Amino acid sequence: MSTLAALLHRDLRVAQRELKFSILRVALQPLLFTFIFGYVMPKMGTIQKGYTTMLLPGILALSMTLSGMQSVALPLVIDFGWTKEIEDRLLAPISISGVAFEKILMGIIQAVVAGIIVLPLAVLIMGSGLNLDFSHPFLLIVVAILASWLFSAFGLALGTVVSPQQIGLVFNVLLGPMIFFGCTYYPWGSLNVVPWFQKLVLINPLVYASEGFRSTLTPQLPHMPLWGIMAGLVGFSILFTYQGMKQFERRAVD
Amino acid sequence: METVISVKDLRKVYKPQSDRKGKKPEIKAVDGISFEVGRGEFFGLLGPNGAGKTTTIGVLTTRVRPSGGLALVDGTDVAKDPVTVKRLIGVVPQVNNLDRSLTGRENLLFHAEYFGIPKHEREKRANDLLERFQLANRADEKTMGFSGGMAQRLKIARALMHNPSILFLDEPTTGLDPQSRRAMWDLLTELHTRGLTIFLTTHYMEEADELCQRIAVVDHGKLLAMDTPVKLKSSVPGGYLVELQTSAQDGAASNLQTALKAIPGVVEVLNVDGRIRMYADKAEGMLAQAMKVAGDQGVSVTDAHVAEPSLENFFLHLTGRSLRE
Repeated sequence: MSTLAALLHRDLRVAQRELKFSILRVALQPLLFTFIFGYVMPKMGTIQKGYTTMLLPGILALSMTLSGMQSVALPLVIDFGWTKEIEDRLLAPISISGVAFEKILMGIIQAVVAGIIVLPLAVLIMGSGLNLDFSHPFLLIVVAILASWLFSAFGLALGTVVSPQQIGLVFNVLLGPMIFFGCTYYPWGSLNVVPWFQKLVLINPLVYASEGFRSTLTPQLPHMPLWGIMAGLVGFSILFTYQGMKQFERRAVD
Repeated sequence: METVISVKDLRKVYKPQSDRKGKKPEIKAVDGISFEVGRGEFFGLLGPNGAGKTTTIGVLTTRVRPSGGLALVDGTDVAKDPVTVKRLIGVVPQVNNLDRSLTGRENLLFHAEYFGIPKHEREKRANDLLERFQLANRADEKTMGFSGGMAQRLKIARALMHNPSILFLDEPTTGLDPQSRRAMWDLLTELHTRGLTIFLTTHYMEEADELCQRIAVVDHGKLLAMDTPVKLKSSVPGGYLVELQTSAQDGAASNLQTALKAIPGVVEVLNVDGRIRMYADKAEGMLAQAMKVAGDQGVSVTDAHVAEPSLENFFLHLTGRSLRE
C-alpha cells in the first residue's frame, strides 16, 4: 500500500512541476472551442441560445477524458519505448499490476483536475445563457470518476501497444473520429435523424462520457437513458482496464 | 558459505513472432545454466555480447520470466514471488534508466520511498550516498546533463538506497572512460569489502579478473566454465600463447604444426584459419625457437605475438573465438 502511495507521490511531483504545460494542453482547445461556439457565434446569432447549455457537458467530457488518457498514455509510450525510466518503479516491491493500477489512479486524478479547471472557465465564458443543474452532485461525481477511469484505462491500453514513432499518427487517427463522433458537440438523441450512425457511434466510449455529463448537468435536455450510460462507462472501463493491465505486464516482464 | 543465489538448469527461449515468410527459429538466450553464489561473494558472469548474460541477470532481478529451470534468491523462487525478491536486491541495469523528470537527489529519495523507508532515514541515506559517490554538488540538478560516470554512480547509489543484501550490475563499466572505469572498480571493491554480495556481468575479461572472486564463463546461452580467475587462467594448457601468422598453405602448415609440437615446453598447437596458436608452459625463448622451426621449414612468418596467461586466452582456448569479436 505504501509503495502505491509512493508511486503516486512521484507522479504527482512530476505533474505538479509540469502544471503550467498540462493546463495549457488540457484547457486550451476546449476553451477556444467554448469561446467560438459558446460566446462568439451565439452573439452573431448563427447559433441558437440554448446550444451553449447542450455544448457544455460535451466540452467537459472531452477535456477530462483527453487529459486522463494522455497523462497515462504519453509517458508510458516514452518509458517503454525509449527511456526505460519506468524500470526503477517496476523494481519497487509491488506487483507489476500494482504499478499499472497506480497509472490508472494517476490518470483519474489528472482528469478530475482538468474538469475542475475547465468547468468554471467554460461557465464564465459562456455566461448568462447557460441553464445547468447542479442538484445531483452524487451522480455528477459518479459520472466524473467513471469517465475518468474509462479514459485513463484506455490510455493504459494505448500506451502499452503504441511505439514512440507511431504515437503522433495514432493520436491523430484515433482522436479525430473519437471527438467528432463522440456526441461532444451534439446530443446522442438527436442522431436519430441518421439511425445507422446513431448505432455506430455506440462503439465510441466518449459518447457515454458526454451523455453522462448531460444526464447530470442538463437532465432537462434529451440524453441517453442512465442505464445505457452506466453500462457503457462501466463496460468500457472493465474492458480497457483488463486489456491495459495485461499489455502492461507483457511489456514490463520479458 | 551460505548460498544466496541458486540457479538450476535455467532456460529462456524467445519465440519470435512469425512473419509472412513463415516461422523464424526460436532463440535460446539461456540454455540450461546452473550455478550458485555464496553470501558476500563477488561473482562475475563473463561472456561476449549476446551470450545470455543480460537475460540471466534479468531472470534473477524479476524482469525476465524464465521458460524453464529454477532461480532462487535467498531461498525465494524469483518467478513465483518476485515482490519478496525485489526487497532483497539492488539492480544497476546497463542502460541509463534514471528518472529524468527528477533531480539526482529525488531519484534516490523516491526510490527509497517506494521501499517504505521513513522520510528522515531516506534523507540521511541519500545525503550519505551522494557525498560518498561524489555527486553532492550536482545532486539537485535534473539527471539529463550527467556524464556517463556520474549517471552510473547515481544508479548504484539508487540501488543501495533500500539497503539490499545483493547488488546486481549489468555491464557496469561499458561506455565509461578508463579513469571512470578504474574509479568504478574501486567503488565496487569497497562495497564488496563492506559485506555486500555482488553479481556482475561483463564482457571485459580484465574487469572480471580484477574484481571477481569467481567467474562463470558463458557463451551462446551455455555455461562453459566456472572457477576463480587464477584457476581458470591456469587451466589453459601451457597458459602462455604464441601466435604466428604464416604464409604456409595446408600441407606446409600441418608440417609446421607437427614440428612446433616437438619443441620442449609446448603443450598444444592449433591452426585456426591460418593462424598458428602455440600453447606453452613458459614464454622464454619460445618465440625464437618457433621462428627458427618455421625458418627451417621454409615458411615465412608475417606476424607474431606472445601473450601471458589471461582470461582472454582462456576464452580463446575454450571457444576458438576472441571475447572482443
